[in-house]
Formats: sequence, C-alpha cells, structure tokens
Amino acid sequence: MPSPMRIRAASKDGITEVRILMNHEMETGQRKDSAGKVIPAWFIQEVKASLNGKEVLQAQWGPSISKNPYFAFKIKGGKAGDAVSVTWLDNRGETRTDEAKVT
Amino acid sequence: MGARIPSALVVAALCSVASFGVVAQEKDDAAKGIEAYREALKDGNPAELFEMSGEELWRKPAGPKNVSLEKCDLGLGAGKVEGAYAQLPRYFKDTNKVQDLESRLLTCMSTLQGVDTAEYVKARFNTAKKNDLVALTAYISGASNGKKVKVSTKHPMEKQAFELGKRMFFYQAGPHDFSCATCHGEDGRRIRLQDLPNITKHEGALAGWTTWPAYRVSSGQMWSMQWRINDCFRQQRFPEPVYASDLTVALSMFMAANANGATIQTPGIKR
Amino acid sequence: MLRAGSGAGVVAALAAAGFFAPGEALAAWAKDAFEGKSVADAMKAMGATASGASGDVQIVASDIAENGAVVPIQAISKAANTQQIAIMVEKNPNVLAAIFDVGPDVLPDFTTRIKMGETSNVTVLVKADGKFLTATKEIKVTLGGCGG
Repeated sequence: MPSPMRIRAASKDGITEVRILMNHEMETGQRKDSAGKVIPAWFIQEVKASLNGKEVLQAQWGPSISKNPYFAFKIKGGKAGDAVSVTWLDNRGETRTDEAKVT
Repeated sequence: MGARIPSALVVAALCSVASFGVVAQEKDDAAKGIEAYREALKDGNPAELFEMSGEELWRKPAGPKNVSLEKCDLGLGAGKVEGAYAQLPRYFKDTNKVQDLESRLLTCMSTLQGVDTAEYVKARFNTAKKNDLVALTAYISGASNGKKVKVSTKHPMEKQAFELGKRMFFYQAGPHDFSCATCHGEDGRRIRLQDLPNITKHEGALAGWTTWPAYRVSSGQMWSMQWRINDCFRQQRFPEPVYASDLTVALSMFMAANANGATIQTPGIKR
Repeated sequence: MLRAGSGAGVVAALAAAGFFAPGEALAAWAKDAFEGKSVADAMKAMGATASGASGDVQIVASDIAENGAVVPIQAISKAANTQQIAIMVEKNPNVLAAIFDVGPDVLPDFTTRIKMGETSNVTVLVKADGKFLTATKEIKVTLGGCGG
C-alpha cells in the first residue's frame, strides 16, 4: 500500500491553489544498483484531481519528475469546505487516492 | 538553507584547491541564483511526508507491550511534544544522563514499549528501524518549529556534556588529521557553493542546529542530527560513533548551546 | 516500460471505483512522447510539428539549481485557449518530463520539480488554439564533481 499524500488546498479570490507532496521513489530506470544491475523504472505516470467529485485536472508524468514529487496547480472556483481529491497511478499499476478539505 | 552543518568535511580537504579558489570568483552571480533556488524549495518540503509518518509512529501501539510513545517524556512532561525539541539535549533524572531527541526516544521505546533498542542502535542508517527513528524526529522537531532554542548548561552533567562536545569538535585526528573545526571553526569557509557555518559562533551554530533534521534533495532522504553527525565522522575518516552515544549527544549539546536563542526551523530542506 | 500485466488487478479495481475508465488507464500515457530522446522527437510525438517561441509562455525557475535531483519549475501560459502544457529537458535521456491537460476548470499554471542530469535548456511547450508555442530557459546545475 503506497504511503499517503500531503494535500493542501486554499481558496482565495475565487481560485483554489492545490499543493501536493507525494510519496514515491520516481526511479528513472537509468540507475544501477551495487551489483551493476539496472534498477527498473518505477514512477508515477498519471495524476488526476477532482473538486467535489468533478474531475478538474489530468497530468501525465515521466521518470524525470523528482523523487517524492511536489505538484501545485490552481482550480478556478472552489471554496472553504470543498473536497479536493487527488489520485496517482504508477507504471506498476499501483495507485493512491487522498482527499483534503479546502481552507 | 543548504548543507550547512559539518557537511563534506573530507571532501573539503580533497577539493579545497578547486573549490575555495575558483568558486569564489563566480560567487556573486551564483549566490543569487542559489538563493532563488533554495527559496523555491521551501514551499513544499517533502520532509512533511516524514512528519506525517512520524506522527503515526508516535501514536501507534507497538513493541512487546503494545503501547504507543504518546506518554514519552521528552523533557517537558509525559506526552508533551510541542516545544520539546527546542530544549534538547537536556539532563533527564530518570536515566541520570544528558540525552538528545534520539537517545531519549530509545529510552521511551525501551521503558514504555519494551522494545530491545540495541537493534535500533545497531541498525544501519537508511534501513527500516533507523528510518522509523528519523521519521519520529521529523514529527517531533516539527512541533518545535518557530520556537526558540533554549538549552540549559546549568546541570553539572549538562555542563560536562557541553565541554565534552567542545573537546570533540576541536579534536584533530584520523588519516587526514582533521577536526570538525577544520571546516566549521572559521568564518567564510565554503565548499563548492556551500557555505560552511562557523559553529563556534552563534550565527554559525544556529545556521546548522536549527535546520536539522532535514530532507536532503540530493538523496531524497530525511536525515536526523545523529545521521548528520555520523556522516561527518565518516567524512573525516574517523571511526563510526555509536548511535545516540554520549559523545554524539555531547556534540549536539555544544552546537545547541551555541545556538541558544535562535529560532527553530525544522524540519529543514537541504541540497 | 509499461507493465500492464502486474498492475492489471489494481487498475481494474480503480476503474471499478470510477477513477479511470476501463482500458483508458495505462493507454492514456503518451508513451511515444515520453520515450522521445530529443526535443524534436518528443514534440513530434505530441503533434507539435511546427512551433514558435512566444512571450505568452513563461518559465519560472532559478538560473542555477544547487542539485539537479530537484529543480523547481513553474510553467505558465498566457495564451488564449491553452489546451496543454508540457515541460521538456533537452539534455535528459528522455526529454519529456510532464504534460498537463488544461481543462475548463484549471488555470494554465503548474509548478513541479524535475530532475536534470546536467546543465541544460528547459523548454515549455504550450498547445493553444491548436497551435504550439514555446519558451526556453537555460538552467545551470551545480552538482559538483567532488561528490557531496
């Protein structure tokens, strides 16, 4: 089970800024271990976000997003108490969804 | 911010010709760029992920006794986490020792949870057991963010720890005839683009002490102060110190006391 | 790189939960674009056969990154009807780092952190009104040869 994300969502002047930290190795597939074996690529490929259940964002990532990714974006609308949900899916098919209330 | 505390000591020796001279010329332009880079990193420190897992570990019943650490006395009374890190290391009556956060956590794991902490002492850094301790330091230090460092050297054993830490700091030895002070005992030292703080002075001590534990972007790892100190010993080619031993606590006492009054900014983020 | 087999169960469960439509999940990832070894390759795979530099595209990043493992980047588009924003690192083994779809509910303004193997040009590609616009900025990476 992947570890939880840290999601912060704050509404100001009709814009909700969402800031997310994700727990993920984001292994590039370019590195070798101490035995000289290539460490297989393992990274988040897709990120989706929704506001009160309505999808607002889709992103696709490659392995050059940094380990323990940080991602921030701005939703039009949203107010205190609304629910922001974020889901990621990696190339192993593992996934994680977390939710936060807009402040 | 930056790798401020005893970072890359031996590396400094090996690279000193290249680093201290050439880099100085590019310093002004580079310094501005690096400042902007560090500023951008502050917003969204992955250390927060470790604070979350550390808090979970703190609250989760564990060990042979299946109890949580929530009753652990970090110096301000059982279960009081807020502000505790700002006053560590300190003398604890129950153990009759001066303890830093990590040695104190071992005490609580042993007494409250019945855990055999020898395994935690022996475990290598970046393995499960040590990572649990590091996550706990992220959580506990985070609960002192914004507080002022307030470390006492009044108790005879606290005073003794400070003096021992100071002696260790200036102790010159090893194959490179190094001491902590070689890099961290003078103003204006740098390696590549990293400023090396002068830990013998308040300004330098606070630059280091108040920003660990920290997330290191180079490795994507969260490091505790014990890990930082352990790696400094390695970089000086000194024998590896025993985790949470009196000597390592003493070094922390020396740094913390020199940083007294400064504002804690933990957990930090560094290159 | 895609190993649909191992994760099929999880994906199916996800699809059932409504997060990803069946069959869409792994197929949606722009494999050809992400495997592009040059900016031209990646752009071609994204359909950007013709593009031009534009002041409507902004890259906010420091001129120097202290460590290439984590380089903060903000990509902004001021162009009307922005549909997509992509971040590319010219000298990375695979140049494409990310693609953000700009739907009606988000601003064309994304911040993330990328890995850079060495000092390189970073290009932000914007698809707006069916056209492709770019902005490029060099970011120096100071990861020293002396370890650290």
